[in-house]
Amino acid sequence: MEIFDLTIHEARALLDTRQLTAAELTEAVLGRIASVEPRVGAFVTVTEDVARQAAAAADRSIAQGVATPITGIPMQIKDVMSTKGIRTTCSSRILENFVPLYDATVVERLYERGPVLVGKGNMDEFAMGSSTENSAFHVTHNPWSLDRVPGGSSGGSAAAVADGECFFSLGSDTGGSIRQPASLCGITGLKPTYGLVSRFGLVAFASSLDQIGPLTRDVEDCAIVLHAIAGHDPRDSTSIPGPRPNYPAALTGDVRGVRLGIPREYFGDGIDPAVDAAVKQAIAVLQDAGAQVEECSLPLTPYALAVYYIIAPSECSTNLARYDGVKYGFSVDDATTAWETQERTRSRGFGAEVKRRIMLGTYALSAGYYDAYYLKALKVRTLIRREFEEVFQRFDALVAPTCPTVAFRIGEKADDPVAMYKSDVLTIPVNIAGIPCISVPCGFSEGLPIGMQVMGPALGEETVLRVAHAYQQATDWHTRRPEGLEG
Amino acid sequence: MALSREEVRHLADIYHIYLSDDEVDALREQLGAILEQFHVLSELDTDDVPPTSHSVPLTTVMREDVPQLPYGADQVLRNAPDAYGQYFQVRTVLED
Repeated sequence: MEIFDLTIHEARALLDTRQLTAAELTEAVLGRIASVEPRVGAFVTVTEDVARQAAAAADRSIAQGVATPITGIPMQIKDVMSTKGIRTTCSSRILENFVPLYDATVVERLYERGPVLVGKGNMDEFAMGSSTENSAFHVTHNPWSLDRVPGGSSGGSAAAVADGECFFSLGSDTGGSIRQPASLCGITGLKPTYGLVSRFGLVAFASSLDQIGPLTRDVEDCAIVLHAIAGHDPRDSTSIPGPRPNYPAALTGDVRGVRLGIPREYFGDGIDPAVDAAVKQAIAVLQDAGAQVEECSLPLTPYALAVYYIIAPSECSTNLARYDGVKYGFSVDDATTAWETQERTRSRGFGAEVKRRIMLGTYALSAGYYDAYYLKALKVRTLIRREFEEVFQRFDALVAPTCPTVAFRIGEKADDPVAMYKSDVLTIPVNIAGIPCISVPCGFSEGLPIGMQVMGPALGEETVLRVAHAYQQATDWHTRRPEGLEG
Repeated sequence: MALSREEVRHLADIYHIYLSDDEVDALREQLGAILEQFHVLSELDTDDVPPTSHSVPLTTVMREDVPQLPYGADQVLRNAPDAYGQYFQVRTVLED
């Protein structure tokens, strides 16, 4: 196994015993980026200089004996989180040259712990999409099969973690944007409870749904990164007050007596039989490990998609109104009035999917339609939240497929927004309810990874991590790496 | 059902975004197809259900008022497409 294929905890052991320096680790990853990036395209910006400086600082910390679990570990950040002095584009023309004045809280929290930033991850423009084909700059390719999408919107993050271009990445998940690409790229991805991780410095898409979380090679790494980024932040008024548990300590490997619900609406129609079979086999593994497994029902599941595609575009149309060509970002130079500047800047600065969602949200919020669409969606959201609360009276966690299929072909759904939206059908309900959910690899079909998601009640991160970790103790899907990517 | 050309133009006017004729035509069909997917919600009785705008039940969050230095104009204007002295510069707002 190559150095860049290790997990965070494996690399940590080598760094702490002086078998490896952070500088060597960083050079291995930068070399990997140079060799595979022309074919994968997981980055918007690669930050070699920043990385080398951080690696040198990390080696000093290690020598002084003040290393944290992520000191010296190469990381990527999805290009939707502000990084001071490093351009933050959201993969959009409108922010192509935007350089933030401050770091997002998650970036600050990571920097305090000494990891090595190697670059910013490619994504669907403003996190709107499920394939990373909506990046204004380039498509990201799935490392397991380059003619397939990596999923989205955190597709650059998932691809980079899968193919050794970083050890972990931070993504954002509004309707599945961490878990779906994690599933399609064969890695681990967690969407925390809404409010667990600060959104300060995360460029807003749909503020009531957006949540930042880790993409990693295994659950142990996921707990390590979550522990670093979770915490109350006075700069985010939706941040949950109080301390956070020690997530790595939750990984006991023991799921005896844990009550797992299997929601029948997540299986059957529209689910690839290979996905169905792999997830059922994974459930059997958990049962063998001592979990109590029982079928359950979430009858409102089919309604979540409509709720999401009303709420998210509505919030997006409001949030993106700030891009006016005046304060920052791209601005046209051929307008004669202020209104013309705004109209043309948005016309040329936003891509097709962003425009589509802006128009959809404007429609849902406009006079005469507000009650029928937006208010109706918020009411059904209450019902979906209650339905989850009721089922979590009887179960500690729920297990289901993350995606209906393995990774689809690049271009396959690019011209059919309804088909693209439907690929999020299994990941969206969790965002509507605000609950935590982790996706872990649980098999392969046609050489492409399959993912299983474990959902928990609000603030149930320790439980979902424990279940997913116990599964990885009994299986080795998470240790597989894509091959043959070098030039 | 597809939206009319006028409906799409009206939405673009509200939002102050310019759309080409081709974009309007594509959006008429696409928005119509997406809106059709939303009709399933009418199957659910929500008459007595309160709306949920946020999943975390936090209201009126307060913090200590701690004085801090704001960013200087030079920093704030660093990303401005067009500036004049200490100000953002825009093109004509009021026409004759």
